[in-house]
Amino acid sequence: MAEATTQPIQTPAKRSLFQQLELDTRLLGMVGAFIILCIGFNLLTDGRFLTPRNIFNLTIQTVSVAIMASGMVFVIVTRHIDLSVGALLATCSAVMAMVQTQVLPDMLGFGLNHPATWAITIVVGLGVGTLIGAFHGWMVGYLSIPAFIVTLGGFLVWRNVAWYLTDGQTIGPLDKTFLIFGGINGTMGTTWSWIIGIAATALALFGLWSGRRARQGHGFAVKPLWAELTIAGITAGAILGLVWTLNSYLIPARRLKRMMEAKGETMPEGLEVGYGLPISVLILIAVAVVMTVVARRTRLGRYIFATGGNPDAAELSGINTRMLTVKIFALMGFLCALSAVVASARLANHSNDIGTLDELRVIAAAVIGGTALSGGLGTIHGAILGALIMQALQSGMAMVGVDAPFQNIVVGSVLVLAVLIDIQYRKRLGAK
Amino acid sequence: MKTAKELRAEGATPLVEMKDISIAFGGIKAVDHVSVDVHPGEVVGLLGHNGAGKSTLIKILSGAYHMDSGEIRINGDKVEITNPRDARSHNIETIYQTLALADNLDAASNLFLGRELVTPFGLVDDAAMEAECRKIMGRLNPNFQKFSEPVSALSGGQRQSVAIARAVYFNAKILIMDEPTAALGPHETQMVAELIQQLKAEGIGIFLIDHDVHAVMELCDRASVMKNGALVGTVDIEDVTDDDLLSMIILGKNPGEAADSTTD
Repeated sequence: MAEATTQPIQTPAKRSLFQQLELDTRLLGMVGAFIILCIGFNLLTDGRFLTPRNIFNLTIQTVSVAIMASGMVFVIVTRHIDLSVGALLATCSAVMAMVQTQVLPDMLGFGLNHPATWAITIVVGLGVGTLIGAFHGWMVGYLSIPAFIVTLGGFLVWRNVAWYLTDGQTIGPLDKTFLIFGGINGTMGTTWSWIIGIAATALALFGLWSGRRARQGHGFAVKPLWAELTIAGITAGAILGLVWTLNSYLIPARRLKRMMEAKGETMPEGLEVGYGLPISVLILIAVAVVMTVVARRTRLGRYIFATGGNPDAAELSGINTRMLTVKIFALMGFLCALSAVVASARLANHSNDIGTLDELRVIAAAVIGGTALSGGLGTIHGAILGALIMQALQSGMAMVGVDAPFQNIVVGSVLVLAVLIDIQYRKRLGAK
Repeated sequence: MKTAKELRAEGATPLVEMKDISIAFGGIKAVDHVSVDVHPGEVVGLLGHNGAGKSTLIKILSGAYHMDSGEIRINGDKVEITNPRDARSHNIETIYQTLALADNLDAASNLFLGRELVTPFGLVDDAAMEAECRKIMGRLNPNFQKFSEPVSALSGGQRQSVAIARAVYFNAKILIMDEPTAALGPHETQMVAELIQQLKAEGIGIFLIDHDVHAVMELCDRASVMKNGALVGTVDIEDVTDDDLLSMIILGKNPGEAADSTTD
């Protein structure tokens, strides 16, 4: 192994300006579809769809499904499926509702709205979700029961465990601090939103720059500088544009007055305050970033994709694929619990039907987002965009006044159509 | 350094000894009390029909299967190999017939699969892995250029170079090659032959599974022939002809033995 003749690095052949950007054309297609959808609904509703208020609502409605969809990507990439996410969300939500309204205040004597209640509740909820997920993963990985069966059973079991825990009652109101994770009751305000937005932009640009430097350090070909700057510009524009939009949604004057009176202040005439970034959206962004790093830059992620591409190869390469399955399902369970926090806080109570049909929305979001059921392919940002497209479609149709049955007929058809387009696209590309 | 033949003549401890190995699947004895060994710098061919048990035998050494009885010794010490990680920790590397590549990952990711290079923060270092991959490919297959594409986009020969690179990069001491030239053209087959000579000179012990008697005659020092899960015999390549080997494979008899011998 003494010789060190390194492979010569070819200079890339001349390509069009667009190709030099090295963008993911599939992602671009989805963004395009999303933009067309938004503009279409905006025209049909006389400009009511693309208002700060509606965009704000759209984002907070998407969070719960999007968080779970990011976990579903890993499950589907490894050729499994999880049909129990909606039911698991319900069980986690029920456990947390009982902990914060009965166990802590009454049985442990904390009283209502104790400052530690929300934290203990969330820790318990996340623990329960992770354990149930790990149990599913153990049955799939170590007992070799197909994931379809394990989670189909889990779907019935956990939906009704939730029912049993709460006697089918709606549990509420939830802890006051807990509610800030729901969306409208917990936003960062305009100043902090700008600070977070600028910090996120700086981080994203640093990421692009350090990636480029690492490749240059080894003497590999890099994109031309103008292409890199264009990408940086689009990234910064998207982050700051979102912050600007959410900041433009103003807190209604009467609500603001009540909020200030609660603090013992009087509202000055003509004061305008924007909501800014909801905390639930921040959670989603954090989940997206962490999951993307896991997928691309950690051994765990590499093993997940390798196992999806060729399970035998992964096993023969010394990867413990059974334990990997446990980890993936445990992560899925954790994310279901996190979604349960957001979903129950958004509704301000735990209702018996929480998360119903979420499993289908989550799987659909992942699949529309380009996750292949044959395994090995999928991205986190794709799944989140998929969730956003589904939610936009649903709430857009509701605003236009499409009848409820037609809404579901359209969503179902779009799912099948999206997969068809994906298959055609991949065929043309010659990829598997 | 002494040649493998001299070492054997002196009765030196082999690099690997597989002694009296048996494994059965659902009552069928896939490998039945078989013993083989290899010395440093030696190439031992494993021959036999499809289903003779040669791949199964070798998968026990690489940790993919767990033997029912028998023992494996490396440099004379008894070792337990229960999974591929154990085999790798004993510097046993395998190039599988089915190549065992993850089609959706690029060459560098496949090369380092299970043993990724990481940055000080514990994140996988793709740029460093690609640089190492370019180094080893420059040695093995100078025409290889598709570093950023998934290996599903590669030709059979290019995929094979990735599989071979994976086995030789990590300083293997014992190399198992399961039909390494099955998917290759003449030029690439020649490349593998040269590589085997080079690895031999570095003192690596190689088990080579092949259907092709001529390839075995050309590349190997000794050959062990299997039939129906049992070992027919082990011969020095210098002492036998193609026809001797063929009759061992087909009839299950050693050179000079009567036709209706013990096996079968």
